[in-house]
Amino acid sequence: MTREIENVAGIPVVQIATIVPIMLTVGTNRIVPGVAIPHPVGAPGLGPEGDKAKRRELLLRAFKAMTTEISEQTIFEE
Amino acid sequence: MKFRVVHYINQFYAGKGGEETADFRPDSIDGAVGPGKEFDRVFQTLGSETRVVGTVVCGDGFFGENMETARAECLKRVEAFKPDILIAGPAFNAGRYGVACGDVCATVSEKLGIPVVTAMYPENPGVEIYFKKSYIIPATDSARGMRPAIESMAKLALKLAAKEAMGTAREEGYLHRGVRRNFFKPKNGAERAVDMVLARLRGQEFTTEYEMPVFKRIPPAAPVKDLRDATIALVTSGGIVPFGNPDRIRVSSAETYGTYDISALNDLVPENYESIHGGYDRQWSNVDPDVVVPLDVMRELEREGVFKKLHPILYTTTGTGTAVSHAERFGQEIGEQLKKAGVSAAILTST
Repeated sequence: MTREIENVAGIPVVQIATIVPIMLTVGTNRIVPGVAIPHPVGAPGLGPEGDKAKRRELLLRAFKAMTTEISEQTIFEE
Repeated sequence: MKFRVVHYINQFYAGKGGEETADFRPDSIDGAVGPGKEFDRVFQTLGSETRVVGTVVCGDGFFGENMETARAECLKRVEAFKPDILIAGPAFNAGRYGVACGDVCATVSEKLGIPVVTAMYPENPGVEIYFKKSYIIPATDSARGMRPAIESMAKLALKLAAKEAMGTAREEGYLHRGVRRNFFKPKNGAERAVDMVLARLRGQEFTTEYEMPVFKRIPPAAPVKDLRDATIALVTSGGIVPFGNPDRIRVSSAETYGTYDISALNDLVPENYESIHGGYDRQWSNVDPDVVVPLDVMRELEREGVFKKLHPILYTTTGTGTAVSHAERFGQEIGEQLKKAGVSAAILTST
């Protein structure tokens, strides 16, 4: 889905998910590793504030990914 | 057994010229022409009185540019020969020829209900489009492999016309058609899997029973230049939908996706949204759907001016057991909509 949206719309699509090898296999170009399978952009264990802070961190990383020029599949670890 | 074969070929193999005559309009010739003569020889060698009774020719350029006209005209000409079998090509790695062969085969199979066989290089674009609709023999990328391709095509065509039991793609040597049939094996799945693991550990050969799909790659899109001027869309395969799942998106093996207006929402809460995904533990996402679709923080970042605007529509489906072909279609359709709306980038969350 990620790949086809990117291909058709011609825009960067950042995927945030936990199983990085699957994103690499299906052809996602901009990858942000998520927190956990049932809550990729949240950390409920950290309490409401920690959860939101984690989400913010991941979204800012996604913004970094979509504004970064890349030539191949790239994992944005930080 | 004696069958009437019609052979579809392009202008080049019919001796009508090369690229300069690619606009050659559909035509019929009695009997075999060019590679069709080799088919007749092979049928004879196989002890069959089957012969090519007619050849239908069309220029590759004409077929590609006038697909509906060419398809209808070729079908009419094929039908006029009253064939039992249609063969097309081999097309090797000629893209337009491969597509034309695949299209004629698919059309004749559908409309006339007779066996159809073509051959082309496995990477010919015609394979991806028509592999489910026609038997395709894998050929080399150039006419060097003409003879073996024709022999395999002739054998398969005779077998199909005689309505003999058809084996698997691997046994019969055609490209798989995406068909799975149930049957019993003497050993159960667990035993066969263990046998395969042991063979692998011993360095022996083994054959997988379930081949992994090969995914496409695309070059990365250019980055967003100015985030402060960007419209960003949220997409998810995490099964987050308006409470009650109004469009009844499946909990697994989804065949649809939903588009929901989130322009009036600042936060996803159990009162308005829920997860219907059947492939992960929903205890967290049903308390706070933002852990899968990060709407709350996206709104904060939007207000702070980090980016310009959150696209008003959320695109959502469940990505568990979902067929790759459906997922690709969702992506293509969503991509079209984002393009039309002038969206700058998307964030897709998956569970």
